[in-house]
Amino acid sequence: MSDVIESRGLAVPAPADLAALLDAQDYLADDGVATACFLALRMGRPLFLEGDAGVGKTELAKALAAAVGGPLIRLQCYEGIDAAQALYDWDYPRQLLHLRAAQAAGADGVAELEAGLYDRRFLLARPLLRALETSGPAPSVLLIDEIDRADDEFEAFLLEFLADFTISIPELGTVRAAVPPLVVLTSNRTREVHDALKRRCLYHWMPHPDFHREVAIIRRRLPEATERLVRDVARVTQRLRDPAAAGPGLLKPPGVAESIDWAAALVALGARGLDRERAARTLGALVKHREDHDEVRRRLDDLLAGAASATGADGNGAPAGGDPG
Amino acid sequence: MTSTAPPPAGTGLDALLGFLPALRAAGVPAGGDRARAFVAALDALDVADPRQVYWAGRLTLCSLPADLPRYDACFAAYFGGQHATGTAVPPVPQPRPAAWPPETSGDTGEPPDTRRARAASDTEVLRSRNLAALTDEERAEVARLLGLLAAHRPRRRTRRTAPARHGRLDWVRTARTGLRDGGEPLRLLRRDRTTRPRRVVLLVDVSGSMAPYADALLRLAHAVTRGHPGHTEVFSIGTRLTRLTREMRVRDPGAALAAAGAAIPDWSGGTRLGGELREFLDHYGQRGMARGAVVVIASDGWERGSAAPLGRQMARLSRLAHRVVWVNPHKAQPEYRPLTGGMRAALPHIDDFVSGHSLEALEELATVVIGGGRGRGGTPRA
Repeated sequence: MSDVIESRGLAVPAPADLAALLDAQDYLADDGVATACFLALRMGRPLFLEGDAGVGKTELAKALAAAVGGPLIRLQCYEGIDAAQALYDWDYPRQLLHLRAAQAAGADGVAELEAGLYDRRFLLARPLLRALETSGPAPSVLLIDEIDRADDEFEAFLLEFLADFTISIPELGTVRAAVPPLVVLTSNRTREVHDALKRRCLYHWMPHPDFHREVAIIRRRLPEATERLVRDVARVTQRLRDPAAAGPGLLKPPGVAESIDWAAALVALGARGLDRERAARTLGALVKHREDHDEVRRRLDDLLAGAASATGADGNGAPAGGDPG
Repeated sequence: MTSTAPPPAGTGLDALLGFLPALRAAGVPAGGDRARAFVAALDALDVADPRQVYWAGRLTLCSLPADLPRYDACFAAYFGGQHATGTAVPPVPQPRPAAWPPETSGDTGEPPDTRRARAASDTEVLRSRNLAALTDEERAEVARLLGLLAAHRPRRRTRRTAPARHGRLDWVRTARTGLRDGGEPLRLLRRDRTTRPRRVVLLVDVSGSMAPYADALLRLAHAVTRGHPGHTEVFSIGTRLTRLTREMRVRDPGAALAAAGAAIPDWSGGTRLGGELREFLDHYGQRGMARGAVVVIASDGWERGSAAPLGRQMARLSRLAHRVVWVNPHKAQPEYRPLTGGMRAALPHIDDFVSGHSLEALEELATVVIGGGRGRGGTPRA
């Protein structure tokens, strides 16, 4: 199992190399993310990601798929999801048509007809089966999104699936993964996911990026934005996330996705730095609640002044978590 | 899996593994599976690099956001010089020994026989009594009644469908049964949307002013948790928000309440309702826990600071939740008027306003929770 990576045709001897691969996909991974993905690949364990909405959990899965060169297969969980929606289903209308066609052609060997009925081409592969059927050499990346929305029963079922990566279909036989997929689970913590499932996974809490990383991410996504604009935007979003500086605080502090949107909106208006008028007009890209909108508008002068006064002196935003000293 | 590799040279695997007991002492339950994963992760990484050791441990040994600060502190203490004293660990919430006062047994002045003989009519006696003065036998009675009530579980409609008598046409099943009739769809089969248990969230105020009732309300929370398992979340509010769902899952009410008492750090302290509610909504509610749920807040609405934040958070909650039920034990007193600032701010956003001061009132509360029905004297949401 330790040479999974080699067998998958990837030269990734250390987390830093994986970070470089992700970087090539425009995903700037910090130490934690790089190590988590590296270990997930190396140990063949699912990666369990938690973090606020908009910190880039889904983006990571996409970048990871592109980095390892496999397809991304996404299973969005919701309450009431069951095995038929996650594994496979028989295409009954097509089977019926097949029968009619066979009758019309005059074939009537019963056994033969029945055998033809449960053919692979009448099987509708749902995400989990699709992930197993990836031919390789690169593994598919299976993103199981928002597992906390699914029910306990589904979690138990998933546990079984993750243990051996096989699906048995009574009419066809057992499907076994040629290349075990790289599994990424995400959770928003609306419900505590069962410990048995977490125990099989590598657990990573994704914090919001610190100032420097956020600047780097926005610049990467928006090469046309000026350096000054990017730094101003990052400084404001960092301050909006900081509970100490926030005052009453926001219902939904902006994630990286929002700061990129905001910067893009400002660039579209031709801004080269952050000014009050343009900032006020584009706030809808940054905060998505009316209360937050009012709050930020009220504090805008203060936020902009803070951004301007800190220009030159780098990074007032303390990293939200993560690195050891 | 990768145990064939030699122990890492230089650092010494033993020294690394000595970290595990220290971590467990710090309150991170890193069991055997996780320890094995830790070793496998170390094997894949460079153990000479402290950052890689840090991440190997953090990714394999932690499983909750709450574990992370403990892990960080423990890691710094263990690998940052002060070697494994076992005492230099971050603060673990201290168990509170006397959170639940020993229950006095039978000070009613009657011989036990008489009391047993009257057991059948106990419910009637209980109904008019205030929960603050119950003995332990009567408490068991309360728990049993509440448990019975909790057997009717609140439900909601889902997107998922199942075979039914009415509803839209089920082509798949019609075609499948049609196969038996020579390929003709003789019987049209239908399916309809199913229902699922609706989530119930209870927020119990354990501040000083609620102390006489918090006990009974936590018992109600336990009864609902047991009667509606997997779909109930319990929190205590006061000056700190504490999630009690895990503690409440214990079967025995006494053990569950003792565990809850140990977990609640701010028992009989002050109140910061607005801030607490906001923390709940930020960390749990908005993400989905409160969405479409029946949210029960048990509090007297005494707010120390300004009531405006509480009003804002209640408005937010009412937009997320299916129903908001407020339990205020003082409501039962005839002269009671919702005059406290917090109560006034919250009132426009409440669907049901009940008292919950006695067993009868708790029954009413349970009915509101399970049926989603309107409580007596309920104030419709403005």
